[in-house]
Parts: sequence; C-alpha cells; structure tokens
Amino acid sequence: MTDYKIHVLICGGTGCKSADSDELKKSLKQWIDEVGLEDDVQVVLTGCFGFCEKGPIVKVLPDNTFYVSVTPSDAEEIVKEHLLKGRVVQRLLYRDPNTHQQISDSKGMDFYKKQMRIALRNCGFINPENIQEYISRDGYMALGKCLTELTPEDTIQEIKDSGLRGRGGGGFPTGLKWEITRKSEADQKYVVCNADEGDPGAFMDRSILEGDPHSVIEAMSICGYCIGASKGLVYIRAEYPLAIERLKIALDQAREYGLLGEDILGTGFDFDIDIRLGAGAFVCGEETALIHSMEGKRGEPTFKPPFPSVSGFLGKPTNVNNVETFANIPVIINKGASWFNKIGTENSKGTKVFALAGKINNVGLIEVPMGTTLREVIYDIGGGIKDGKEFKSVQTGGPSGGCLTKNFLDTPIDYDNLLKAGSMMGSGGMIVMDEDDCMVAIARFYLEFILEESCGKCSPCRIGNKRLFEILDKITSGKGEEKDIERLILLSNVIKDTSLCGLGQTSPNPVLSTILNFRDEYLAHVNEKKCPSGQCKSLLKYEIIEDLCTGCTLCFRNCPVGAITGERRQPHYIDQSLCIKCGVCYEKCKFNAIKLT
Amino acid sequence: MDTVQLIIDNKPIVVKKGITILEAAASAGIHIPTLCHMKLEDLNIENKPGGCRICVVEVKGRRNLAPACCTEVADGMEINSHSIRVINARQTVLELILSDHPADCLICAKSGKCDLQDLAHNMGIREIHYKGEQSTYREDTSPAIIRDVDKCIMCRRCEMMCNEVQTVGVLSAINRGFTAVVAPAFEMNLDHSVCTYCGQCVAVCPTGALTEVDQTSHVIKALSDPTKTVVVQTAPAVRAALGEMFGMEPGTLVTGKLVAALRRLGFDYVFDTDFAADLTIMEEGTELLNRLTRFLNGDKDVNLPILTSCCPAWVKFFEHQFPQLKDIPSTARSPQQMFGSIAKSYFAEKMKISREDLVVVSIMPCVAKKYECGRDEFKVNGNPDVDYAITTRELAGLITLANINFNRLPDEEFDLPLGESSGAGVIFGTTGGVIEAAVRTAYELHTKKPLPRIDFTELRGMDGIRQATIDFGGFPLNIGIAHGLGNARRLLEKIESGESEFHAIEIMSCPGGCIGGGGQPYHHGDVEVLKKRQKAIYREDSMKKIRKSHENPYIIQLYEEYLGKPMSEKAHHLLHTAYFDRT
Repeated sequence: MTDYKIHVLICGGTGCKSADSDELKKSLKQWIDEVGLEDDVQVVLTGCFGFCEKGPIVKVLPDNTFYVSVTPSDAEEIVKEHLLKGRVVQRLLYRDPNTHQQISDSKGMDFYKKQMRIALRNCGFINPENIQEYISRDGYMALGKCLTELTPEDTIQEIKDSGLRGRGGGGFPTGLKWEITRKSEADQKYVVCNADEGDPGAFMDRSILEGDPHSVIEAMSICGYCIGASKGLVYIRAEYPLAIERLKIALDQAREYGLLGEDILGTGFDFDIDIRLGAGAFVCGEETALIHSMEGKRGEPTFKPPFPSVSGFLGKPTNVNNVETFANIPVIINKGASWFNKIGTENSKGTKVFALAGKINNVGLIEVPMGTTLREVIYDIGGGIKDGKEFKSVQTGGPSGGCLTKNFLDTPIDYDNLLKAGSMMGSGGMIVMDEDDCMVAIARFYLEFILEESCGKCSPCRIGNKRLFEILDKITSGKGEEKDIERLILLSNVIKDTSLCGLGQTSPNPVLSTILNFRDEYLAHVNEKKCPSGQCKSLLKYEIIEDLCTGCTLCFRNCPVGAITGERRQPHYIDQSLCIKCGVCYEKCKFNAIKLT
Repeated sequence: MDTVQLIIDNKPIVVKKGITILEAAASAGIHIPTLCHMKLEDLNIENKPGGCRICVVEVKGRRNLAPACCTEVADGMEINSHSIRVINARQTVLELILSDHPADCLICAKSGKCDLQDLAHNMGIREIHYKGEQSTYREDTSPAIIRDVDKCIMCRRCEMMCNEVQTVGVLSAINRGFTAVVAPAFEMNLDHSVCTYCGQCVAVCPTGALTEVDQTSHVIKALSDPTKTVVVQTAPAVRAALGEMFGMEPGTLVTGKLVAALRRLGFDYVFDTDFAADLTIMEEGTELLNRLTRFLNGDKDVNLPILTSCCPAWVKFFEHQFPQLKDIPSTARSPQQMFGSIAKSYFAEKMKISREDLVVVSIMPCVAKKYECGRDEFKVNGNPDVDYAITTRELAGLITLANINFNRLPDEEFDLPLGESSGAGVIFGTTGGVIEAAVRTAYELHTKKPLPRIDFTELRGMDGIRQATIDFGGFPLNIGIAHGLGNARRLLEKIESGESEFHAIEIMSCPGGCIGGGGQPYHHGDVEVLKKRQKAIYREDSMKKIRKSHENPYIIQLYEEYLGKPMSEKAHHLLHTAYFDRT
C-alpha cells in the first residue's frame, strides 16, 4: 500500500455491493484514469465497514475522509474535487443526526468512537482478495510464531489464558475445547469452522469471511497445529456466494504462499482446508447437526455426549469453532493473552461483534469490548431510536434470545449478564424495538421462524413450538383468553426443559421474556382485545369521526373492498364486517377524520 | 474401576460403567417409560435417537432434564425418575404428541397393541390441553404395507430398521419442523421404491403408522363362497407365535390348536407349508448337489455358493441391490409358492377341482409373502398359485372374529397329503433352519450313508452372520448363514471381494428368521420373545418322527405319482423360478 499517495477504500461487503459499489468502483477508476491520477491513487474494494445504514461507504486515506451513501454518479466529483484538488466533498459526508454537524474523519463519528475492532480489525481496511495486504497487517505472523516458537500445549495455554469463549452462542471456553480435542486420540482429527450463521439479521461471520478470510484460515491452521489435525473444513451456507468466493481465493493464495498444504513454513506441519456448503438450515449451526450435514446426512442434532471433540466428523475428534471466534485467535497469539484478557469483564474477555438492526438510526455491524452497556450500544453507537420514537425493547441472541426492557439498558453486555437478564449472547444479533412494536406480535414472529427451522426430531420442539405459535396467533387475532398466557408459560418451560438441542432449549425465550417484561400488552390483547401498539391488524378498528368528515369521498373511492359508504358532503361510514384493515382510508384522509381504535 | 455408584429415587445402586440411566434404573427395578427407544439385545439392534423425550429424568445439578435412554450414568449421579417436574414434563410432551395424532384409536389397526396408546393410559392422560393443526400426509398402499403416516410420531424405529439393520435405505426422515415425517425419498410410494417388503418397519412401529395390508375380508369372502374349495397352508413360524395373540407365553407351540382353529374357520383342507418346505429341500438340495458335483469334477463355471431363495424380501433385495448375482441363488421357489403350485396342479387334479374353483390361502409370519404371491411368474393365466397370504396377526383377528375360543381348542392333525412334514420342514421357521434341513438331506443323498447325527447345533444361534464347515463325506462343505439384510449384504460383499469362500449360504431377511417376521405378533422390543419362538421351533423338530425331508412319505409319493424326480422337467416347470434385474 506504500507506493500510492492516496488510497480509496470502497466497501465490497454484500450490503454495499447490492447498492452498486462495484459500479461505483468502476466509475471512480474511470475518472481517476481520466484525470491522470492512476499512479497516485489506489482503489481498493474492501470488506464491510460496518456502517451499513449509509452504504455504500467510501473512505479516503490518509486523511480518513468518510463518505456515505455514495452512488456511481458521485465518482466524478470525488475524483475531481477531493483527489485532484484536495477539497472534501461536503455533501457526501456523514451528518450527525443529533448535532447535525458534518463529520469528515470517521474517528470522529460516535458510531466508531466506542468500538474496538479485533475480530473486524481488517474489515474495511484491506483488500480481502490480496493475501499480501493481510500479511502486511501482521497476517500469518501468529501461525509462524506458533509453528516455530510455541508447542501446541503452549498455544492452547495462551488461548486458555486469554479467556476467549465461543462467539457462536454457547460461550464455551475455546482453549478448553482445543485441549479436549487435543487429548482425544485418533489417527485423524478435524478443525471445523462454523459459518452457518442462521440468525436473522446477523451477518458478522459473513462479513469477516468477505472482508478478512485469511484471519480465519490462519486461525484454523493454528487450531489444527494445536489439536493435531491436518484437515480443516469450513461449513458455510450456500446463500453466502461472495464469502465463498473470497474464501476460495484466499485458500488458493494461502496454498500458493505455502501457508496451507504440506510442510507449512518448512516446519513439517501439514494442513489444508476444504469448503462444505450448507443449504441454509438454522439448526445446522448446532455442531452435531452441522457435522451430520457435512457427512451428507440429514442435518439434525444428536445427543451429546459424545461431544464432537471426542467423536465428530466421520466419528473422529473434531473441533468446531465459529468464524468470529477464529478471527480473534491470531490477535491473541500476536498480542498475548495478557493483553486480550484485560479487555472485557470478569468472565467474558475481549470484544463481541453485534449486528445492530431494527428501529435504530445506525444499522450496521459493530464490535465493542465486553462490558459495554446496552445503552452505549443503542444510543451512542447506534445513534438512538429512529424518528425520535421511544425505545421499547432490545432483543439479543437471535431468534431464541429474550426481549429486554429499558430497565436493562445499563446492563454491561457479557455472557453471564445477558443470561441472568433472561436473554443470551447468541451469535450477536441485536434488534431494537420502539413504541410501535407489539411484543406479542414479536414473539409470534420469532416462533414462526423457529417453526420453519426446527429439524422436527424431538417432540417438544417439533410440536410444542407449533402449539406456542398457535396460541400466540390466537392472541394476536383477538381470540385469546387470559389462561392462554399461563399455558404459554407452562409449555415454554417444558420445551426448554426437555428439548434435544440448543434450538429447542432456547426457542421459547422470546415468549417467556415478553410475558415477563410486557405482560400488560398480553393482557390488553386477551382481556380488552386491543393491541396497544396498533400492530395486530385483527384487533384494529378504523372508524370515521363524523364531526371531522367532510364527505370528500376520497376514502370511499380508495377503499379496495367497498367497505365505505356515504353521500357526497355527508359523513361517511365504514362497514366493519367488510373492512380488511388495510389502512388506505387512514392514509388518504386529508382531514384526520379517520381514527384507529 | 468398572462400576459407578449413583442414587436413583433415593436408592443407592452400583452399576456397570458406560450404561445408560434407563438401563441402570431397570437393574434397580425402576421402570422409566419410553417411546422411541427400542433395543433388541444380542441382535445388536438399538434405536435411541433421543427424540421422543418421554424418558426424561431429573439429574441433580443439571440445568435441564436428561433423556434416560441416552444419558450415561456417572459416579455420584443423583436421579429422580418421577419428580413433579419430570411427570409434568412427560405428560406435557405426551399431550403434545397426542395433539398431533389422529384420535381414531377405536378403529385403528394397532388398537390394543399400540405403544402410544399404552403410554397415554399409563401416564393418566385424560385431556389434551393443546389443540391445533394436525399434520397430514398422503396415505400410501403397497402390495404388502400400508403407510398411514398421519400416525407417525417420528420415533425413527422404522428408519433405523430400514437403514441400519436391513441397509435397504427406503425410509428416512423428510421435511422439517412440524411437517417432519418418516417417508421414502420425495414422499414417493413404497412400490416405486427399492422396498423389499420385509416388514421390519411394521414389526417395530409403535403406532398404526405402518401396518400390513389386511386381506382377511377376501379370505372370509372365499370361505363363504359355496362354489370354492378353500385350502390353507400355514408356515412353520406361525405355530410358535400365534399363542401369544391369545395371552399364551411366547414359545408356546400351538400347532394342534392352529389346525383346529383353521378347520373351524371353514377351510376345506388344512395343510402345512412344512410339506412344501420338505419339497423345497428336495429341489434345492438336489440343485446344491448338482452344482457341487460339477464343482468337484473341476467345472470352473459352476455358480457357487448356492444361495437360498425361500425369503421373498431377500429375493427382492438382491434383484435391486445385487442384480449381478441373480444367477447364484437357487432357482427353487419358496415353500409358499411350491405349495400353491402343487395345490393347484397335483392336488386339484387328484381331487378333480378346477384351478379356478380352488382358493389357496397361506398363513405367514411375513408381510412380503403378500407381495410374493402377487408376482406375475407365480400366476397361470392370471390365476395366482396362492390367492391370499395373511399374517399370523391377521389370522388371530379372524379367529377372534369367528368367536373361536382358541385356548380351549383341542389339538387336531393336518389333512393329508399336503399336511405331512418332517422336522426339517419345521425348522425353516428360524435362522439356520433351511440350511440345516438341506444338509440333512443332501448329506445322505451325496454320501449314500445315514447321517451320524441329526442336529447340527453349529448352524444354530442368533449371531447375525454365522459360518460352519460340515464334513460332507470327506469334503469340507463351507456354510454361511445371515439373517437381517444388512448382514446378508456384508456376507455378499465378502463373497464378491473373494474374502470368503462358501458352498452354500442361507439368507433370511428378518432378524431371527421367520420367527421374527414382519407379520408376527409384536415383540415390543423384547428379544426374549424371539428366542423363545426359536426354541419352540427346534422343540417341534425334535418331537417329529420323521426329521429328514427325503423321508417324508408324501413327498416320496408326490415324486412317484406326479413329478418324477427332483429337477425333472415337470418339477422345473412347477417348482422353479427366475429372477430379474430391478435396477
């Protein structure tokens, strides 16, 4: 990166790519060539910057100028103004929604101020398709250190000392897992990277593989060295074509550089990695299901023990870690366990990546030290609630996490605190809900997801979740009774207590946590047949306020089902038996004469 | 240390390391209810997917409940098998299963023999608190097996039998979530699949999701038609199991009562498939000797080993899976089909009954026999040699329907000439029996000397694959035996790879042989039932006056009067068959 005076980094993550960042890159290059800057400016398509809310992102180095929502037609101005004349294009800068100030340097943005990027260290910084850029950022140094200076035992001890826990959801201590797999004796062992990432809205694993695939490859090799495996497998869903493509390029490059294959760095250590594509089943994120899927069997979990570390892929000891977990490994080896374990809380060390989504200003991918509070994440980094609405709840841990109220906003985020609060870390989904969200409908929504994703093997998950869903559906359609709430609690607890795998053991969490924290909303649905947030359509009623209705007939003409009657210049009337609650009349009325009850 | 100490329901016990909580509890006399779990000890058959979650127990210090069938015991474990938490969980899970199960118990084929029904009764379920959608699937009727998978509870027992034990691979879980069910790939029909109709899925299904095609109504219709002469043949394994359907101890021999019951049901002639088993030995034994003689004379092209061909599921299995071996099995038809063929030729001519007016019914421990009698090569001008094959269970249904008090029936004798049999015919009902019967006859025909002993205990037992070498007048005859199609596959692969050299191999599809057939009374996972039936078969053999097929006087008479000699042209026409490549 040293030959050029200026580097233009364009986000090449899936989000920005679908917002035309490829075209943007082409356009920028064209203009750079046109003005004759091709020897001074390098254009790099990087991984995700995380600030997906305002993609595509363009960052200009060395001055760190951060442009947001850039389109291909902006290329000319950026090149001619910024690159040629050194004048920042003001209109493309990020504007702080609270202070309304334009911020040029990304370091000055609240979104980045409280972040600490370890797993995402290279995302948005290097060209993921160029191994040299990874190497120039200390890439493969950790592998070299392990192979030449550290024994497998030393390395495992370092990982244990770092306090790193699995980032895929369970939070099992990574070093301990490696140690158990090392101690399992077998002629062949496997390192598996779990890139199944099934939580709706979560995309940290995808982003890491898209933005920094070598960090995972390097970590898997280190793991192979530690546990005594010569073979690694990345299980990734086929819906991640860009990540797969970049991973393939990275694997080829690593082989070319002698960093994968036989006799790595001349140390006699052999290790190579294959890719296994999954069909995108949520349950295949569970490690036994993942292994069965890789074996060509039905992707469903089996009882543990035996754990994969004893009997996994093809019956051999197998160490399964998630993408984000692996991405932390090289940094821990390079900077030392004592550096890493100073970050975070007592039992949760390091950082955690979250996919921030929902009714929040800065939707995107963030990485914060463990112990950061929910408030800091939502208000400082996330920029608060959209459209100035009231915060209602935040759901962490993916579809089977719990919904927490504002009482938990000052809870420092770590594995134990989230569990104590009735939710969980999961793989790092974080969905923010505002006053307009109905918590019963939210619970129903997540159950619907679970219904499609349960493998159907064990009865409580297969049938129990279906019944939970049906009860919630009954409540949201206005047919619920108060005893249904108790039934939901009873059934949820049995499902948690008896299900075979983590999916079923956690699937009722959204139900239990919303009942615990928002029982009033449930009661309003079942007793008053009202949805306080106005989300449950069956419980809504559109009515015309006679005094305000001018008889303009606009609603009459727009009603798709002919539910509105009335003479011109006379108050109109909605026939409730015909109304489908589409809300068109409500939107069309110019006199606020339609009320929602 | 090979033992662990634990406490279960406040009772300290010491058990073997490595066993499950379920097994530990059983050793302490504590019964933990199960549903999907099934273990046939000694046959290496176990189903424990840990899916039904009925057997959950509370283990101190554990976050959630533990499935007793899968959880290994550990030192110091404290288990409560019936706390309020456990009972509540069990009842709730069971209610959930019942909420997705048709409540048509009154008219279900499995009523009274259903594990789910028993469990609901034992768990005191009086109300199902969870109501909602029930999963529905297309019903699938094949020549032998009906799949009514609305009743499937995903115990996966059939899947385990079909894949692990039989290695047929037709049934597996499909779909996900609430719509998950066990079915052939793409939910196609069984008769479009490579299903062998062995019926082991039916034998282990805890509910009415898998049952045999019921043909009793056809039998009743034939019996009540005055223009028809209805003869019945009954397979050897039936007499060793039918009593169980009427509350008798497994292993009770009910041959005489069986004959009496069939006579009271109105069959005109009550014959014995054992007679046809003796006939099979004459043909198959001769075929073996012919091939062996050619082999000993240096013929390199002779097809050895010879494989038995009595079992229709086995026949269909190799037609699908090993078509390249289709010239190796004996061409002898199965006893059921030999009987049908002789009944509708020799016997019909003797009695001056036209083929069309003679109905042949067989009572079989098997569901594949239903399929076998429908095969085209066993029909003459569209008229089948065997009209209906009903199972041991269906016969029990008929007996009950006809108000016959089975237990108080006198013992009666089979009719002649097709009802006389040797002990060799009887042992066809168990694994190892066909080959032992063949050896008894082939030895004497080959060596022209009387057998020094009749019981070949080295051929008996329950091991999945067995082998023995018999001194055949100086020639060491290598015999292989496999029961269960997975074992058959392993044995065939050994032959194909040249690893093993056999001269004769007996294969039966069902674990234990016909005594464990898919049409037998349900064993509910108790292997002792199979063992007792096997003992009963050998007991019947030992009580017979004639114990070698070639000494059966009516077999001798049949050849003298009608067939000439074994493998004659007439015998070939009536008693032999050909196999087809079904790939």
